[in-house]
Amino acid sequence: MEKILKVASIEKYYGNKSSLTKAIDNISFEVDKGEFVAIMGSSGSGKTTLLNLISTIDRVTSGHIYVGEMDITKLKGNDLNKFRREELGFIFQDFNLLDTLTASENIALALSIQNVGAKEIEKLIKEVATKLDIQTILNKYPYQLSGGQKQRVASARAIITNPKLILADEPTGALDSKSAKMLLERFNYLNEQTKATILMVTHDAFTASYASRVIFIKDGKIFNEIHKGNASRKEFFDKIIDVVTLLGGDLNEIV
Amino acid sequence: MKLSNLSLKNIKKSVKDYAIYFFTLILGISIFYVFNAIDSQTVMLDVTSNTKEIIKLMTNMLSGVSVFVSFILGFLIIYASRFLIKRRNKEFGIYLTLGMSKRKISTILFFETLFIGIISLIVGLFLGVVLSQFMSLIVANMFDANMTKFTFVFSSSACLKTIIYFAIMYLFVMIFNTINISKCKLIDLLYSSKKSETIKMKNPYLCLIVFIISSISLAYAYYFVTGGFANLDTADKIFKPIIIGCVSTFFIFWSLSGLILKMVMSIKKLYYKGLNSFILRQISSKINTTVFSMTIICLMLFITICVLSASLTLKNSMQANVNKLAPADIQITKLVTRDENDTNNYSKEELKNLKLGVIDTLNLFDFNINDYFKDSVEIDIFATPNLTLNHTLGTMLDEVREKYKFLQYDTKEDIMTISDYNKVAKIYGNKELSLNDDEYLIVADFKSMVDVRNIALKNAEKITLFGYNLKPKYPECQDGFIEMSSQHINTGMIIVPDHIVDDDYKTYNMLIANYNTSSKEKRLKMEEDIMEYLNKANKQGIGVLSSNTKIDILEASTGLGALVTFIGLYLGIIFMISSTAILALKELSESSDNKDRFKMLRRIGTDEKLLNKALFRQIAIFFMFPLVIAIIHSIFGIIFSVKVLEVFGNEQLLPSIVMTAIFLIIIYGGYFLITYFCSKSIIKEKF
Repeated sequence: MEKILKVASIEKYYGNKSSLTKAIDNISFEVDKGEFVAIMGSSGSGKTTLLNLISTIDRVTSGHIYVGEMDITKLKGNDLNKFRREELGFIFQDFNLLDTLTASENIALALSIQNVGAKEIEKLIKEVATKLDIQTILNKYPYQLSGGQKQRVASARAIITNPKLILADEPTGALDSKSAKMLLERFNYLNEQTKATILMVTHDAFTASYASRVIFIKDGKIFNEIHKGNASRKEFFDKIIDVVTLLGGDLNEIV
Repeated sequence: MKLSNLSLKNIKKSVKDYAIYFFTLILGISIFYVFNAIDSQTVMLDVTSNTKEIIKLMTNMLSGVSVFVSFILGFLIIYASRFLIKRRNKEFGIYLTLGMSKRKISTILFFETLFIGIISLIVGLFLGVVLSQFMSLIVANMFDANMTKFTFVFSSSACLKTIIYFAIMYLFVMIFNTINISKCKLIDLLYSSKKSETIKMKNPYLCLIVFIISSISLAYAYYFVTGGFANLDTADKIFKPIIIGCVSTFFIFWSLSGLILKMVMSIKKLYYKGLNSFILRQISSKINTTVFSMTIICLMLFITICVLSASLTLKNSMQANVNKLAPADIQITKLVTRDENDTNNYSKEELKNLKLGVIDTLNLFDFNINDYFKDSVEIDIFATPNLTLNHTLGTMLDEVREKYKFLQYDTKEDIMTISDYNKVAKIYGNKELSLNDDEYLIVADFKSMVDVRNIALKNAEKITLFGYNLKPKYPECQDGFIEMSSQHINTGMIIVPDHIVDDDYKTYNMLIANYNTSSKEKRLKMEEDIMEYLNKANKQGIGVLSSNTKIDILEASTGLGALVTFIGLYLGIIFMISSTAILALKELSESSDNKDRFKMLRRIGTDEKLLNKALFRQIAIFFMFPLVIAIIHSIFGIIFSVKVLEVFGNEQLLPSIVMTAIFLIIIYGGYFLITYFCSKSIIKEKF
């Protein structure tokens, strides 16, 4: 199996000498091509920091992150922009759509930055809209859309460039359960049909149960890791709940 | 979709959100155009060549001031655009996560600045051209000129100048934007809005102590420029109260922001009434971080108020002065002695001519006095190195020297006989005076010199002149003047009994007269004729003759008045819109930050009316806070400027303060209302 992502003993410190916080404390793991990995942890466990480091939004204090063959902790300037443009797709909890642009313009932005031709853009938008079931809302502005619709538009923007790795930060965090389910089914579809590699951060066991592997993080360290294997989603969900119980803390309250 | 498209879309949104920014830009551009187009506006006015000269001087000065104004506007634009960019951090963060390069983001901003620049320039210039038509009317009115006919004037040079100046400003904005963007970090861009401002409660006792100290030092600065005015004898001493004033203003804002919250919180009845607790928390949470800009705004308002009221006062009192201080039509002066530095060898003939009086000189050229004047007087002014200011001050010299270091103490005093003075007083309509044989008196109206001379007169200092001992008749200077002027500039004329003067010490011969016609055209014609006679005399070396006429003085004074008014208005308006725009921008962005808070208040069932009231109060307090302190500053500032400008008289203080207040209310109030209504629409629930 081709390795898409290799995280090699990374650390991230915050603060100054007098009050040092280890947000990430020596984490290493790998993600294969076509995998759908969920990272779980309670708030403050360091999961969003981990995602920010992988997504080059933040920089590591030490360690290395490889996407494909490339060490992304070493990237700078235009190489960094190229990497973000071509290899990564972002999905945020609060969508981060531009409210001055319509849904289709928001999606097109990811391509026009890569200087893709107008015809090609139209074709690709049509394709991705079918995959995410958003054909009818393409000409609407973000404020006219529901949360679920917005997140699917954001997802369309993330995958339209055909990135090696899709990073999702609490994608269902702002959605109701029905929209969340619909979005996660789309993720499954993308993962299975287009072999997209997805790395998702969540604190919600239900959301995590759609992944093929779940990594648990506590206090900046990997606490546990479970694979779905051939289990059904329901069985995997129960397994996740077991670990969550073991982890204790506020995760229980959310489930 | 091209990047320029993206910029256009952003602007379309900005137009709504940042109406204030556009409004200010447009206002700035149009004002810039109007004041630079004045010379074109006055071309068709029917005015004398003297007035034309003054207008030329005025336009030169205005274009000099324009450079300064462009600096202020440039800073305003850079500040505002930086401020607006900060509000779009998230947007730029998204661009970066999508893989856009920082250079490209800078390009987007470049296009935005370009579009905004072009739009604002077009609208601003259009408005400026319209406004400048009204300006022609004002200028014509001010110079008392006949508008031969109304013509629409477009000044292409002013237009070009405006475009160039603002293009440079926008260029700087672009450079600053690029630097800003290249410095920022992605994580800060994406999550900056989530960082909540830590609210630090200041120690109330510390606040109280700081408040008291800064109040005292402010009072000291106030005293320095008003009560202790006499100590400000050199220009550099003025910096001390200015610096003290600025620093204490800052600390007053700093301490008040902490104190007010604490004070109102302790009055429970007030604190828990309606949304008071909310309003107060809103204000105090921001005022902590805006103390510095509040100080700047307050000081700028202070300058605006002082500049406007001082310049308007100056103009008004100058015009009022002219009629009083230039009561006769014409005054011709001839130097009837050789200048000390003049080493030329004169022939006997020349020396004889030099000693001739004004009328005798003119008679050489067949000048018939009765053709021109209905009444006239001729007087002599004497001076001798044996009577300088040193001598007049007598034993008080050292005391005066201590206090007024900048005076020229070895200047020769001007001397006149009492009967000559009374001739002048009669034609001027002033009070006639009398003198005993062993007495002298001093006529002066320049306030500072009157103060200096009164010290000596009070002490009954005797003077010795041409071998006679004279004692002062009065313990103070008598009000009056010899030379016509638009201002009180008579620094002192020593009036002595007729019999003591020595004809060898004549320095000037002076003719004062009134024309025998009241028609303006005829007077102008007469003046031209007389100037010709004077020129002839001057050319033939018969002596140096100079004239001083009511018409000239009037023109010069209206010209100077107009000049001061225009520069005052120009600077005042620019300062005012700059400071208010910053305040308005701050408040507006505040309102969009507060959207959620108001939403929350609405959800817990707060009445819409109560919400609007809270918003109104919040903005009103923010606008009033710096204004109130600026007004207190201005009271002392105006007192100070009145003292500095006392030579021009200050009879017309009240109307100019009223005018300033009107300006302030229109501009400041206008911005306040726009801010309030825009904020209201921002916090309004959208369905």
